Amino acid sequence: MKGHVWRPFWVVVGIVALILLVRFFVVPSDFGIGSRGYMYGWHRAGNEQDWKDFPVSYRFENSREDCGQCHDDKVAALASSPHVIIKCENCHGPALSHPDHPEKLTVNRSRGLCVRCHAALPYPTSGRSRIIGIDPATHNPGVPCVECHNPHHPNLEDM
Amino acid sequence: MKRRDFLKNSIVLVAGASLPFAALDWIDPKELLAARPDLRWGFLVDTHRCVGCGFCVKACKKENGIPYDANVTRTWVERYVVLKDGKVLADSPKGARDGFTTTAIDRGAEGMEKVRDEDIAKAFFVPKLCNQCAKPPCVQVCPVGATYQTADGVVLVDRSWCIGCGYCIMACPYGVRFFHPVYHVADKCTFCYHRITKGMKTACVGACPFGARQIGNLRDPADPISRVILTQRVGVLKDAFGTEPQVYYLGLSKEVR
Repeated sequence: MKGHVWRPFWVVVGIVALILLVRFFVVPSDFGIGSRGYMYGWHRAGNEQDWKDFPVSYRFENSREDCGQCHDDKVAALASSPHVIIKCENCHGPALSHPDHPEKLTVNRSRGLCVRCHAALPYPTSGRSRIIGIDPATHNPGVPCVECHNPHHPNLEDM
Repeated sequence: MKRRDFLKNSIVLVAGASLPFAALDWIDPKELLAARPDLRWGFLVDTHRCVGCGFCVKACKKENGIPYDANVTRTWVERYVVLKDGKVLADSPKGARDGFTTTAIDRGAEGMEKVRDEDIAKAFFVPKLCNQCAKPPCVQVCPVGATYQTADGVVLVDRSWCIGCGYCIMACPYGVRFFHPVYHVADKCTFCYHRITKGMKTACVGACPFGARQIGNLRDPADPISRVILTQRVGVLKDAFGTEPQVYYLGLSKEVR
């Protein structure tokens, strides 16, 4: 056959070879079908470990026991109050590294934190209406709640 | 060709053509086992217990490094207020990052809509997060294989592989995906994969003071959430889409979309 037939053939072969070569270097070796098949599992397997290695910030699960190792007075005061259901870290911030870096913790003393639950919403079909509520616009506006209320033992009779 | 041969060949041809290719597939027992391992993460939301404090949203954003002031979030809480005249008002200001602190409803560009207490027929809060569907449409549409489902049922995004085309964000019927403003890739709830694989609970479950959120193993009949799902009346969101969501809701109402 003449050269004008073979020339485009070799060009195509060259392009395919180039694509395969680039693919060999660019696509990671662990790329493939996972356990969920082509439709849902086509991925780079190493990424699962990447997500597992993402840093943890909150301890949450055992926060009361963990925090109580040093702050047992606060944990004891909290135990007899309705606020016992709120985890320490919800107000005090992520504290997994706190024992090693104690100065890092920033306590949220803002009004905004309290009115998350204590802004009165009269919803009969929601547990929200059973929480003691105030109108943030009229109840001492601008004053931080912690000036009068003790968040660790907020009983109104003890004020 | 004799008539006998013609009939014989016809029968062979029809029988052969009617055999699906799937029947010739070699079934790998490993593949079958992987399709039903003994761990499948699932989630249970008890809307009766949610008071809309938004601690879950705050904890999620801080735990997962989602820009705190950007209007994107992996989980959010919706408020539904159904009036006595049948009108449904729903909002989720900043995804309820700061909770719900006023009775006025956030109507977006129209501003805040005042609601009189005596007009309310029912009102409740619904936490939302990724449903980790058994048939996730977001994964199907990814053109590069950057998003996928793990063997234990969690849909993840490979940040180094995502090209940011946004197909998955459009494909999710629940709107749980968004464009990460820092990494410029698709982002979504991972069920705190870094926590659950270490034996911890997700940040939102840990933060919830009222036990409205629970995570567990759907393959374990003794798991607290499996027991509820197997024995009580639970609902899922947008069942008709056929995505088979694995976040189950107690106390779902028809107004919830």
